[in-house]
Amino acid sequence: MIEAASALPGWALLPAGAAVPLIVVWRRRPVLRDSASVAAAAAQTALVAVMVPSVLAGGVLVCRPLPLVPGVPLLLRADPFGILFALVASALWLVTTVYSIGYTRALQERAQTRYFAAFALSLFATVGVALAGNLLTFFVFYELLTIATYPLVIHRGTAEAARAGRLYLAYTLTGGAVLLGAVAWTRVLAGRLDFQPGGILPEAAGVATLQMLFGLFVLGLGVKAAVVPLHSWLPVAMVAPTPVSALLHAVAVVKAGVFGLVRVVGFVFGPSLTRDVGAGTALAILAAVTILVGSLAALAQDNLKRLLAFSTVSQLSYILLGVALGSQDSMLGGVFHMASHAVLKISLFFCAGAVYATAHLERVSELGGIGRRMPVTMGAFALSALMLTGLPPGVAFVSKWRLLSGAAEVQAWPAIAVLLASGLLGIGYFVPIVVRAFTGPASGPVAEARPALLVPILLTTGAGLLLGLAPDAVGHLLSLAQAAVAGVAEPR
Amino acid sequence: MRAHLPILPVLLSLAGALLLPLVGLATRRAAWSLAVASAGAATLAAAAGLVDVLVRGTQRYPVGGWPPPWGIELVLDPLSAFMATSVSGVSTLALLGAGAGVAAGVGAPVFYALALIALTGFLGMIASGDLFNVFVFLEIASISSYALVASGGGAALVAGFRYVVLGTVGASFYLLGVGLLYALTGTLNMADLAARLPAVADSPLFVGGVAFVVIGLAIKMGLFPLHGWLPDAYTYAPNAVSTLLAPVGTKAAAYALARTLLYVLRPEGLPVNATVAWAGGAAVLAGGVMAARQVDSRRLLAYSSVSQLGYIALGLGLANAPALAGAYFHVLNHALMKAALFMVVGAAGLQGRGPALRTLGLGPAMPVTTVCAVVAALSMVGVPPVGGFFSKWYLLQGAIEAGQPLLAAVVLVGTLLALVYMYRLTESVWFPAPAGRGAAPEAPAPVLVALLLLTVAMVAAGLANAPIVTRILAPAAAR
Amino acid sequence: MNYPYWVAVFLLMLGLYVMVAQRNLLKKLVGMNIFQTAIILFFLLLSVKRHATLPIVPGTVGDVRGFMNPLPHALMLTAIVVMVATTGVALAILIRLHTAYGSLEERVIAERLSAPPGPAAGPEAGR
Repeated sequence: MIEAASALPGWALLPAGAAVPLIVVWRRRPVLRDSASVAAAAAQTALVAVMVPSVLAGGVLVCRPLPLVPGVPLLLRADPFGILFALVASALWLVTTVYSIGYTRALQERAQTRYFAAFALSLFATVGVALAGNLLTFFVFYELLTIATYPLVIHRGTAEAARAGRLYLAYTLTGGAVLLGAVAWTRVLAGRLDFQPGGILPEAAGVATLQMLFGLFVLGLGVKAAVVPLHSWLPVAMVAPTPVSALLHAVAVVKAGVFGLVRVVGFVFGPSLTRDVGAGTALAILAAVTILVGSLAALAQDNLKRLLAFSTVSQLSYILLGVALGSQDSMLGGVFHMASHAVLKISLFFCAGAVYATAHLERVSELGGIGRRMPVTMGAFALSALMLTGLPPGVAFVSKWRLLSGAAEVQAWPAIAVLLASGLLGIGYFVPIVVRAFTGPASGPVAEARPALLVPILLTTGAGLLLGLAPDAVGHLLSLAQAAVAGVAEPR
Repeated sequence: MRAHLPILPVLLSLAGALLLPLVGLATRRAAWSLAVASAGAATLAAAAGLVDVLVRGTQRYPVGGWPPPWGIELVLDPLSAFMATSVSGVSTLALLGAGAGVAAGVGAPVFYALALIALTGFLGMIASGDLFNVFVFLEIASISSYALVASGGGAALVAGFRYVVLGTVGASFYLLGVGLLYALTGTLNMADLAARLPAVADSPLFVGGVAFVVIGLAIKMGLFPLHGWLPDAYTYAPNAVSTLLAPVGTKAAAYALARTLLYVLRPEGLPVNATVAWAGGAAVLAGGVMAARQVDSRRLLAYSSVSQLGYIALGLGLANAPALAGAYFHVLNHALMKAALFMVVGAAGLQGRGPALRTLGLGPAMPVTTVCAVVAALSMVGVPPVGGFFSKWYLLQGAIEAGQPLLAAVVLVGTLLALVYMYRLTESVWFPAPAGRGAAPEAPAPVLVALLLLTVAMVAAGLANAPIVTRILAPAAAR
Repeated sequence: MNYPYWVAVFLLMLGLYVMVAQRNLLKKLVGMNIFQTAIILFFLLLSVKRHATLPIVPGTVGDVRGFMNPLPHALMLTAIVVMVATTGVALAILIRLHTAYGSLEERVIAERLSAPPGPAAGPEAGR
């Protein structure tokens, strides 16, 4: 990997950062305000996409705007893994913004300025997390992400939302405190904090110390990564408006936690050190438990968004399992799953939101016959759901296949069993919804969701299908994932 | 003029204090203007001293031309210049925001005069290079603080009397300790004492001297468990007084403790550093827990001060370079945060709201005030990039480097406790008060200006923490 | 022997005891004064020398060994001033307390403080 100084990573942060004051200033002019959001999302996606070719060619773009503490600068470093996350988040932000505009107008939501401003700030923080080049920069943007998403969680203003917000802050800021301890300890042990393929921690630190440090990282990052038992905030946070749940709690926030854990395994500890201190096995077990618990809990849910939340809990640990198993294919499957899960889960949430906005239904038990009233929406839902369980030719099949073959490569038979079981459970909780939607009497005339909601749904579902057939078609996602994995496996 | 920089801040605030009764005969506003101008001039002088010392190195100033160790000398080095600038700067902003709350008539010039005398005392303590001189300025500051606290009437009288008694015990213990050290070495000058003490360090007089000095300053500092005077004093004192004293008063005593313990006494064989560090840790936890239980916003902030002072003590006790940098930096950060928060409570009070948490709500009509409160809360919790995060970072580094994982855990748990009580305070500030109260108009202009400056300073301190630590605090810590 | 020092220590302890144990605020103040005086006494004892006189120079200095150490005396003049000022402030507070609550007993004042608002507690310098 050749490091080259470039201002591009800094530029990539600029659109979202500039959007926040513009949205506030234009609060009385909705057209300008919403255009600012769309423009910022488009600009951010473009800027990230511009970095893709050089990153794929083996270069790493580095930008050091200012020092944070003596010896540790605010470091932005665009490598394949970071660009993958940033690209997925930015492109989906663009889609979600269009969806948001439609959704908030349909429901006459209150406090729209605060909503869009917080959204922009959250994406600013997400790109910062993705492009962070050292643990301290990562931490700064990670905490900013918590603060920025809080107003979105409490948006509805009800007592339930306030309670959810308190729980959200309690979990995420506690995790943040533990993460800070882990980062400070890393600084003392390694003398440095920057992400390097192969890790920065010395083996001489001792097995027990490294195990404790890894445990702290898991506790700190595991909250956002919704690892069991730190996942309880996620279903509760579903009280937020659906676009928030879709982008933030399926893509940005939760993936930030997983992204952090993968960074720790690959770039702070390094794959060989992780294996040597037994952290890989521990993480794999934790991930496996989370996959099963999430899937089982989803079976029991009646509220559609909570069901999707538990599905997210489960799917996130696919990524962790892949990375923990340590083989080339499993890591590739895990990293690529960041993209595939994001696209499909957003699609599912969009459908859920469309159903709520158009027919005002939230519960699975009420969805009888909804497929006849909203055929396009529910059709997309059915397709995305089946793709998410891993059926080809969906994009999740690409990641799941590699996860399975990677697990077989290291003879991790329990992992294979868990993955297959989760797929079956996924069918178990998605198929009844689809069946119920399309059977049963239609409770009203055909009344599809408005175009601002439908177009994003079709886009994301279509992307799921397209990427399943040709994973490199959009944004070179598979190549980025491959480059990311190859970068980690490099010797120190 | 340049040669007199060490003494200039003290003289400027003292001059202001002495002129105030005359000027105050004119109008209340004139008294306020003179007070702010005097404190501002002291700030500028202190800042000029900081620049000067960074360029030219440590300055020693013999008062009256009498050479040390017989004469009293003032020492201006990077650390004392930094402290002086912080203390006078925050005091200026506190006085700026105090104007609206101080009653007309007799009350005003007296309040400002006492405030400036207190500032003189703090600045003198910081500049002093002689142990007895520290006592004199300590008492100057304390006596005016006693009067300021008690000026609130009612419960403030009782709290003020308790402060008098406990504060005097503390100052007297300090004096006794100084006496024992004088009996041992025959000198009161800090540099001279530091040179002579190692030779006589195994004497019981040394042990006694160290114990009394440390305990005396700990009482003045409000270090748990010797903090008994603090909660009542900051709760019942008039808001203008709390805004001035809470950020600054205890810090001057903490600085005196740092100076004396780490540069003069340096008790190697005694477990003093460990005791201070663990007392600090206990303060962080006890203060945090108590703060989380409060329903009165002022008492919440008072216990929060106990907790945050614990951080400073923890850093002082750990005594390695990052921990000391964190402790000194936290002096500035906490001063900014606490001043801002007390000012927000005061602004609410001007509109007839609070101080009980239930009735504090400002709602959307006081957006600037509320935003400043949120930033201060984020700094208190330690969210980057606001300043409070960085002092916690350095303290964590120091604790881990010193091989004290428990203290590192205390720092983190303290963060979570701060989260609990800051959330409660911010929530009650943000959401409008119960029905029956109209929307409050925004706070008066001087208060807003002071709040905004404090908020900007908080963020600036965070962003600029690297140069502050490398150029000023780390060299001081390494000595 | 060091009897004078023992006296100083005794007074120190006495003052502390009075401050802690007495329930009357004025008596606490007296205890505080005793405490401070003990410390002043301690310092002055440091300056004493055998066969030495007060450190006041009538004309020329002569042999300094005939004078006691003047430094503690100078320091204690300052300390006495501090003591007087502190006592003054404390007495002013006590006068205000007595005017407001009619008593200087700790318990009585506490009761009257928590009771519903009674007579005016004196002009406030601001909230």
